[in-house]
Amino acid sequence: MTANATSVVLEKVVKRYGDVEVIHGIDLNIDPGEFTVFVGPSGCGKSTLLRMVAGLEPITGGDLLIDGQRMNDVPASRRGIAMVFQSYALYPHMNVYQNLAFGLETARMPKAEIAKRVQKAADILKIEPLLKRKPRQLSGGQRQRVAIGRAIVREPRIFLFDEPLSNLDAELRVQMRVEIAKLHNDLGNTMIYVTHDQVEAMTMADKIVVLNAGVVEQVGAPLELYNNPRNRFVAGFLGSPKMNFIESTVSRIEGAHGTVNVGGTAFQLRQQLAGFKEADKIVFGIRPEHMGLTETSGVKLADVRVDLVEQLGDQTMLYASTQGGQALTIALEGQQHMPLGSTVTAYVDPTKYHAFGPDGRAL
Amino acid sequence: MTARSLADATAAPAGGRAVTPSVWSRIWSANGAGYLFLLPWFIGFFGLTVGPIVTSLYLSFTNFDLLTDPKWIGAANYVRMFTADPKFAQSMRVTFMFVIFSVPLKLAFALAIALLLNRGMRGLPIYRAIFYLPSLLGASVAIAVLWRTLFAGDGVINDFLALFGIQGPSWISNPRYSLWTLILLAVWQFGSPMIIFLAGLRQIPQDMYEAASLEGASKWRVFWKITLPLLTPVVFFNAIIQTIEGFKSFTPAFIISGGTGNPINSTLFYTLYLYQEAFAFFRMGYASALAWVLLIVVALFTGFSFLTSRFWVHYDD
Repeated sequence: MTANATSVVLEKVVKRYGDVEVIHGIDLNIDPGEFTVFVGPSGCGKSTLLRMVAGLEPITGGDLLIDGQRMNDVPASRRGIAMVFQSYALYPHMNVYQNLAFGLETARMPKAEIAKRVQKAADILKIEPLLKRKPRQLSGGQRQRVAIGRAIVREPRIFLFDEPLSNLDAELRVQMRVEIAKLHNDLGNTMIYVTHDQVEAMTMADKIVVLNAGVVEQVGAPLELYNNPRNRFVAGFLGSPKMNFIESTVSRIEGAHGTVNVGGTAFQLRQQLAGFKEADKIVFGIRPEHMGLTETSGVKLADVRVDLVEQLGDQTMLYASTQGGQALTIALEGQQHMPLGSTVTAYVDPTKYHAFGPDGRAL
Repeated sequence: MTARSLADATAAPAGGRAVTPSVWSRIWSANGAGYLFLLPWFIGFFGLTVGPIVTSLYLSFTNFDLLTDPKWIGAANYVRMFTADPKFAQSMRVTFMFVIFSVPLKLAFALAIALLLNRGMRGLPIYRAIFYLPSLLGASVAIAVLWRTLFAGDGVINDFLALFGIQGPSWISNPRYSLWTLILLAVWQFGSPMIIFLAGLRQIPQDMYEAASLEGASKWRVFWKITLPLLTPVVFFNAIIQTIEGFKSFTPAFIISGGTGNPINSTLFYTLYLYQEAFAFFRMGYASALAWVLLIVVALFTGFSFLTSRFWVHYDD
């Protein structure tokens, strides 16, 4: 943590546009120096929440505290925040140096100090040779670096990133992802990053905030969310390919535990089934990577028909269906070959599956 | 042409060798319908535009009074214009004054109103229509007559000034003010550039303003450092169009001065002088030469504007 590291607290934060409420009373603590990622599907409110922190959207209800100070009515420029936009928002008529210096000139900083800061940011981001170029003369990755540089020169308390890698190609995204993570390690500032890409969220975050329809579904460390999703939404959103969900029926109750019928196979759940009775519905969840086709993979789930095989080189993705027509995705290590239409037995790791009640909450 | 029709077209006639269709017949059979649709435009373009342009170029080297045949006099009209015609110089001076003052003022006013309307106010389409109205009416005879009535010695403006004890001059018959009255009329017709500015302002990404607001830029700084530079392609376009319009301006000066360009030739616009030479004195050859000089002046100005644009017009790509 550096001297710049700053805490951000949201207390019952609400956003309304007229009668329509889009953020429904969010509570959140972001610790100093933490890299927090807001992730969720399109329209879940993640960008709106970020813009409320930035001061670009007024907060309808609740409080935003930065280092314990209420910021709701403080103008964006006085919050100690710098933001990197999805579109980069570089001024096309200014060269890179002028883009970086604009905010500092606005703050009437001495020219020598401006030059020093621009040089420092250019060194960090390796954009020194680009300083005299206009944004149109830069590649997507270079523009992204300049946009980050514009944030760095201001030496803000908090960095905000609004889907900054969305416009880059796959290779560049990975490269920039690493660079941003490295930047966080070097600077140590509090950073809030918005993305709809769960891979970005998993790889970059200290803390992930999963948002859905204006509410926080779960907050936690990436692996905590991956291993122990609080509900079916989080379980389905994090992980690629996504978790298999199989509609199941409770077939027998024995004390606090019970057996469920999963795709025609009786399966004893390790989760407690308190309050459930026979014939109740639950959803059985298992990630593709926690399934296999050999007995060593775990316990038998069902015989399945091979519908499609995708060879990824290091992995083979098997798309199959149970006799009841339930679609399953199974991720196999290495290069596996099997004929389409053949029947194989699917096994699941008995320590890795999940179960969700009818309300979607994890059991 | 399909394979079948090509085969038909190149088939040998009954008793002789194969006939290759001419280029014209091939073009006609391939695109005949298209050319037929274009015909009205071709007639208009060649009959009403190219024809008169070429004719006026020829006439500019002749002495032609509409009643007798044109008489070739070489460059005499042009020589006279630049050496022995004080009214030519006066009309040039008046027109340049008009353009130099009316165009920047009109553009500044149009931009100011566009900035106001760009703030997302209620009833925007109504305001837009109201502000655009003068542009529709401005060049009409009716508005010029109205303007004359407003700015006459006993006009509405002076009646209004009299309420405050101010004795206004006769704006249109005083050579000190007459041109300024016409400049004011031109500025009042700001609707057209305003609409274009408004469209340009809508094209500036909101992200730029948000980035500037996070960096603490004041509205003044945002205008000068972001809005105006990003709007320069639109400013450039409007400046060119309005300058050409300014050089061509005729109706207001004609109506307000009664077609004379008075008082003391202070409203003798170039086009008004050209009109006088052509249709009052029937010196069609000289009027044609005047028209060609105007064309060259406008072309030089436009060319110069394009040359300098690289230094101040900022295109995104």
